[in-house]
Order: sequence, then C-alpha cells, then structure tokens
Amino acid sequence: MKLLVCVSKTPDTTAKIAFTSDNTALDANGIQFIMNPYDEWYALVRALELKESAGGSVTVVNVGPAANDTVIRKAMAIGADDAIRVDAEPKSAYFVAQQIAAVAKGNDYDMIFLGKETINYNGSEVGAMLAELLDLPFISYGTKLTMEGNAAVIERDIEGGTEIVSVEAPFVVSAAKGMAEQRIPNMRGIMSAKRKPLKVVAAVDCEDPVRVVSYQLPDAKSAVKMVDPENMDELVRLLHEEAKII
Amino acid sequence: MMENNVKDPKVATKASNNKEDRFQGHDYYNIDELLNDDHLLARDAVRSWVKQEVSPIIEDYSNRAVCPTHLFKGLADIGAFGPSLPAEYGCGGMDEIAYGIIMQELERGDSGIRSMASVQGSLVMYPIYKFGSEEQRRKYLPKLASGEFIGCFGLTEPDHGSDPGGMITNIKDDGDSYILNGAKMWITNSPVADIAVVWAKDEEGKIRGVIVEKGMEGFSAPEIHGKWSLRASITGELVFEDVRVPKANVLPNVKGLKGPLSCLSKARYGIAWGAIGAAMDCYDSALRYSQERIQFGKPIGQFQLTQKKLAEMITEITKAQLLAWRLGTLANDGKATPAQISMAKRNNVHMALEIAREARQIHGGMGITNEYPVMRHMMNLETVLTYEGTHDIHLLITGMDVTGLNAFK
Repeated sequence: MKLLVCVSKTPDTTAKIAFTSDNTALDANGIQFIMNPYDEWYALVRALELKESAGGSVTVVNVGPAANDTVIRKAMAIGADDAIRVDAEPKSAYFVAQQIAAVAKGNDYDMIFLGKETINYNGSEVGAMLAELLDLPFISYGTKLTMEGNAAVIERDIEGGTEIVSVEAPFVVSAAKGMAEQRIPNMRGIMSAKRKPLKVVAAVDCEDPVRVVSYQLPDAKSAVKMVDPENMDELVRLLHEEAKII
Repeated sequence: MMENNVKDPKVATKASNNKEDRFQGHDYYNIDELLNDDHLLARDAVRSWVKQEVSPIIEDYSNRAVCPTHLFKGLADIGAFGPSLPAEYGCGGMDEIAYGIIMQELERGDSGIRSMASVQGSLVMYPIYKFGSEEQRRKYLPKLASGEFIGCFGLTEPDHGSDPGGMITNIKDDGDSYILNGAKMWITNSPVADIAVVWAKDEEGKIRGVIVEKGMEGFSAPEIHGKWSLRASITGELVFEDVRVPKANVLPNVKGLKGPLSCLSKARYGIAWGAIGAAMDCYDSALRYSQERIQFGKPIGQFQLTQKKLAEMITEITKAQLLAWRLGTLANDGKATPAQISMAKRNNVHMALEIAREARQIHGGMGITNEYPVMRHMMNLETVLTYEGTHDIHLLITGMDVTGLNAFK
C-alpha cells in the first residue's frame, strides 16, 4: 500500500496572532509553529497504522520553505518513511492543492490523507481541490477508516448521526478526531528521521485566482453585563437589542 | 514490592485533579535559535508526554506518596533512559544538550519523575557503559534502556553522605566471587530496582563498582517512608549481609572515587537543566495567575510588587538557561569540568527553589494547595538542593577550584 499524507505547518494553538502592518499577512515574529494537529494526530497516524498492518510505505508532503523541515522531520520521527517538500510559500489552498497534485501525479498513491482542516485558516479546501485535480473520489471528515479488501469503509460524522461510506482505492480522505490517536515520537525515532530521505522539489507554475485582501482580528471581548435575576425583561431586551441573538 | 505501588493508572487518573495543563515554555532571549532540530523535537515530544501522562496524575500520586511505577515503561518508550548513550545498546545516540532538555521537560512535570530517569540513565546505565566490560554492556544496557530492568545507584551511606570516601560497605575476595557487606541510604528507585550499581571498598581500600541483582541472597532494599519531598519518587535503603556477588559483576575499568564521582557529574549536569523545568512551571503558573486574579479591581500582575517578582523570575530563568546551554556545548565537546557542572547545579537549583517560593506568594492561599503545581515543586526542590552534592558542598568545590585551596581537609 502506497500512502501519501499531506502535512502543513500552523501556529501553536497558544500563539498570540498579529498581522503585518498592512493586515495582509500573519506576523510570524515570535510565533511558535507546530504540525497541524489534524494532519499529525489523525491523518498521519491512521496512515502509519495501515502500513503497519498491511505493509507498504508512507510518504509525507509539505508545501513550504526550508523552515518547515522541522515539522517534516517530526512526521518522519513519528514513522513516515520519506518526505517531499515543495519549495514555495503556501499562498492559498488552490496553490497548495496544485503543488500536491503535481507531486502525486504519476506516483500511483493508493490513498492520500490529510487533516479535515488546518487550525489557522480552517478552510477544508485542499482535500477537495486535490481530489478534483487528480480525478479521484474525496471523502471528508472521516472519523474511522477500515479496509475491506481494496475498499475502505469510512465513517463520517454528519448532523445528528453517522454516515458510513465505502470507497475503492485510490481516493483522497480528510481525517477528523477519532480516526486515530496521537503518537508521540521517541528519541530513537527523532534520530532515525535524520537518515530518512527528504526530497525538495521546485513548485510548478500555477495561476492563483485568489488574493488575500486583508485580515482582521475579532473585536475585543466587551465587559460582562450583570443583570438582576428579577429583571427578566431587561435580560430579554439586551439579548434582543445588543447581543442580537433573539 | 512493586505491586504495592502499582495502582490502576486509569482509576488514579479519574481520582486525580483533572485540570488542564496549560504550560507554555518561556524563551525570553530566543535561546531556541541556539538549538537544533534534535533538541526542539525532543523537547516537543517529552513536553507532550508529560502533559499526557504526568500532569493528570502527579498531584494525586504525590499526595498519596506513591510512585507511579507504570511511568517507567513510558519513560523507556519515549527514550528518556540513557538518551545520550550509543544506539547500538538500545539508547538514543543523542547529544548532551538533548539529554539536558529531556531532563528539563521531565522536571517541569515533577522532580521525582526526572529522578526516576536520571538515576536509570546517568547513575546506572552510564557507569555500566563507561566502566563495564563489553559483556556487561550487552547484558544490561538494552534491558535498562527498554525499561525491562530498573536500576539504582548505591553510594551514600547512613554515616557517609557528603564524604563518600569514608564508606564502610566492602567486598572481600572469595574465589570466583566477592562477599559484599554494608548498607546504603537514600537510594532512589531501590525498592523497585532489578539491579543496583553499588560502590564498595575492596581489601586494599580501593572503591570498586559492583552490579548487585535482585534476588541475590542477603540483599534487601527496604523503602524509606515519611518524605515531605519527592513524594512521587520511591526511595529506599540497600542492605547487604554476606551477599555473594560473582566477579563477573565487578565493573573492571575503574578504581577509586572517580568512578562514582564521574556518574554524579553526569547526573548533576542533568539536574542543572532539570531545575529550569521546575522553575519555568512555577513562573508560568504565577504569570498566568497574576493576569487572571483580580484584586482591588485589577489583575494582581498590574501591581509593582507582583511585577518585581515576575521580572526577577524570568531574569533568573534566562540566566540559568544560558548557563545550561553553554555547559551543554562544553559537555558536547567533552570539555565540561566537574567544577563547572557544580556551579550550574548549585546555581540553577537554588534559582528554582527561590522562584518556587516567590511563585507561591503570587498564588496567595491557592499556592499552598495542589490545585497548582508550585508547592509540590518547592518541596521537591528542597531535596534537589541537597542530593547529588549539597548546595554548600558545590560552593566549596567552586571555592577550591578558584583558590586552589581545599576546604574539605
């Protein structure tokens, strides 16, 4: 089984987010970066489990500059066999999908895994675009994946219940909580990751139709208003007129 | 002995304080830029392991004064036993800075958990690697690295602490074996240990290292109770009554006090890093508390006296980090002297203890409860200040090093 896992780098969940002075990009100064947890905990680990039970290989792919190599090495320390980095700034979901599609084309991966979203942009776009570019089926938000012959049975959380689908490989799947459990790399894994191949490839030309105009931080939280429990009318008025939720 | 300490970890987790561990590392001087990928990945891995395995249970085990012995396996799996020893013996093959960072992250969780790993790695595996025969290395190191064997280190005696050269534990030649007699005190891990690296005088009065195995007749390891510090770490004695130890168990490549002292240098080096972890946890908790706790209508972090405490804490942590980093680069080059290690151990542990005390004050009354980690760290650090060479002895080592005059004689 030949598996590809897409991993991206995101700010740590505790990072304080700020933007550059013209509000068009993240100010990375002082930010600690991590591997996107949906990619790491669920997509990568489930791919590794499949390899461990059925044999094969797990390759990780990342679109980003050389500074992303720490994240890529972590993926190999956890157990991926090798890695490919497309040497370019990941400008948009479409750009990233184009680059990964170029890597995947001709490589005959049986399954392509990625997290359901990144925790910074939360777009959930790359998987669907990638599947379209490769002309493969796409299953999103998988919470469980088991193999039955050449078909994967994937459970997905839907509003109020669970949908169970069956899909023949090859396909693209995005992983949500439940698909696997986080694995912490050990020291031997960290050292052996140094000897695993990391191939750096140039980006393919890609016209990017999307341009970020600006980012805005959410409004600062306003002070809590205390309402006397006897004064229900005032509470209803505030919810209606100020909070505008009823 | 072990069974008494093994509680079902699931039950213990439920019974314990389930507050989320919100710890973040602190790097005021961008020291991360001096670290490589190995160091950053090791730190990240051990920090995740501590948040997952240690933080949810540590207050409960510490409160009950029970050692979470199930964590030995986890420490082995993550690679915390002998990470800087060669990979061919099942160890990590990492450098000394990586080893230091692992100790820092473990002690961020608890000094007792760090002690479990330092003893195994620096005081048991290191002497077997450094002074043992190839046969001894192959026999013991892979099992110690994988956690199949737990080890302990016997140097201190009831009447000989800071003066180990005065030890009375001894071995007498008896054909193919030695007969070992004596007693050791304050031995981390001893009641659960499978092997003990014991330092004893031979008939010529030379200190030799012997590997004593659990089950050898006349060997026992009773537990020491009643500690107000390192309560999640198990401590005991080692008692030898005519224990017959095969000559094959003697470490062949060292004689004299330099054997145990070189192990202590290794462990003290790890403590110099470890103490930073405990200090950072206290600072991190105090900083967050100072921003959340409102008094007189504003966060207490806005008051000058709180800011003084916090500013001094981060200054001292930053100095300790730089000291440890430089010591690490010297150790990587094989150039760190025992006196340099003494300075870092003494400074960093004292710094951590002072920070724990100040952080306790910032937490007010809450600081004395196990809702916060601060008082546990403070009590642990009282031991760390004393073991592996006391605060005063390390000062005299520096004194001797700079004056050339020996205050011990």
